Amino acid sequence: MDPDGGRPVIRDVIAWFRDSDHWHGPSGVPTLLGQHTLLTLVSLLIAAAVGLPLALWLGHRGRGGTFAVNLSNIGRAIPIVAMLSLLSLGVFGTEALGPFGRSGLATLVTLALFALPPIVTNTYTGVAEVDRDMVEAARGMGMGELDVLRRVELPLAMPLIVAGIRLAVVQVWATATIAALVAGPGLGRIIVHGYDSFQTAEVVAGSLIVAGVALLLELALALVQKLMDPLPPGSR
Amino acid sequence: MLASLAPASSDNCLTRNEWICGRYYSSRAGELTDALVQHVGIVVASVLLGLAVAIPLALLARRYRKLEGLILGTTTAIYTIPSLALFSLLVPVTGLGQATVVIGLGLYSLTILVRNILEGLRAVPADVRESALGMGYAARRMFWRVEVPLALPAIMAGLRVATVSAVALTTVGAILDYGGLGGLLISDPTFKAQVLATSVLCVALAVVLDVLLVGLQRLLTPWTRTAAAR
Repeated sequence: MDPDGGRPVIRDVIAWFRDSDHWHGPSGVPTLLGQHTLLTLVSLLIAAAVGLPLALWLGHRGRGGTFAVNLSNIGRAIPIVAMLSLLSLGVFGTEALGPFGRSGLATLVTLALFALPPIVTNTYTGVAEVDRDMVEAARGMGMGELDVLRRVELPLAMPLIVAGIRLAVVQVWATATIAALVAGPGLGRIIVHGYDSFQTAEVVAGSLIVAGVALLLELALALVQKLMDPLPPGSR
Repeated sequence: MLASLAPASSDNCLTRNEWICGRYYSSRAGELTDALVQHVGIVVASVLLGLAVAIPLALLARRYRKLEGLILGTTTAIYTIPSLALFSLLVPVTGLGQATVVIGLGLYSLTILVRNILEGLRAVPADVRESALGMGYAARRMFWRVEVPLALPAIMAGLRVATVSAVALTTVGAILDYGGLGGLLISDPTFKAQVLATSVLCVALAVVLDVLLVGLQRLLTPWTRTAAAR
């Protein structure tokens, strides 16, 4: 690796970005970015399909709070590298899975598991913390339980639910990057390849792409979160 | 005794690559211990570094409202950057050593630590502050004797989350050869006994450190216990 760092690295990084070889073929940026995005999206959809109904129901009934809240803490404690290694050695294997690339299934399952805690915790908290007076008022107006959930609790909990999805996106994007450390697909492969071939410029270029997209996703979702709030600003 | 010299000795749980293997634990105990020691060292150093940076940042954010948005925004943005990318972006500056991992993890812990310190200090009731003022506490003494103790539960909660996350994220440092137990995980991801042992140790380490911090919190805030007992 380049030991003196600083300016030469910046020049090499720009050269890396301008090299058209890095933008074509099975290990080109578009392919890996596509893989990474697809993995993130699909695992989020799986986690949302499992986590949202569960957390909405728990929050509506006001039960299982300890479980829902602690799930996030447990999620933080589990080392991603360990989980990926365990799953790819186990039943999910290291074989390539269609567009998801090598270790596709193990990576997908790991990502979905790491997306679950923030979604469940935030959705539960969002619904459970809706003003009980509003819920009682809705019942008094003759709304059934499903309507209370759908028309009162869900819209009011929306900003927190989106915040949970936002956390999940950040988590999944980061986890998908680490997948390359074990065996997996995605943009992390650029970084790992850079380390393996002692090219600091490639390591930095890959990291810039990963970090840049992560920040863009975060900003976009922060905007969505603001737009989703049914209450006027400042009323919370 | 003879059996161990016979060719049959090559057929053991290591060569069969079994998940649980006594031979692995006995032959690699030193390697596991070294990795564990490195892991603990990185976690402790990074959380202490995070704390040392988070305290002044939180105090700045508390004193200057204009800085609050900037400080919280920046620490959140750092948290958004995936760990593998953050470590790698530090490499041209901090080199290929342990410092990169410690600084990277320290940066991550800032998000939770700054937030919790700030919230803890803000939650000190105004009338408590006023009584302290009335009793003649000067600003510095009030900070250390009144505000910090009352904010300790929130600060310790942040410290617990930061520590547990650091244990999990240290494994990513393996890319720089300073990943503690993570190094064993990626050195041979197909070695089942090793993958299982290091994974279990990692989770156990997180639990042990969390329990230690809960104990420390009890020692530091004895009044919360008597209040609960009453």
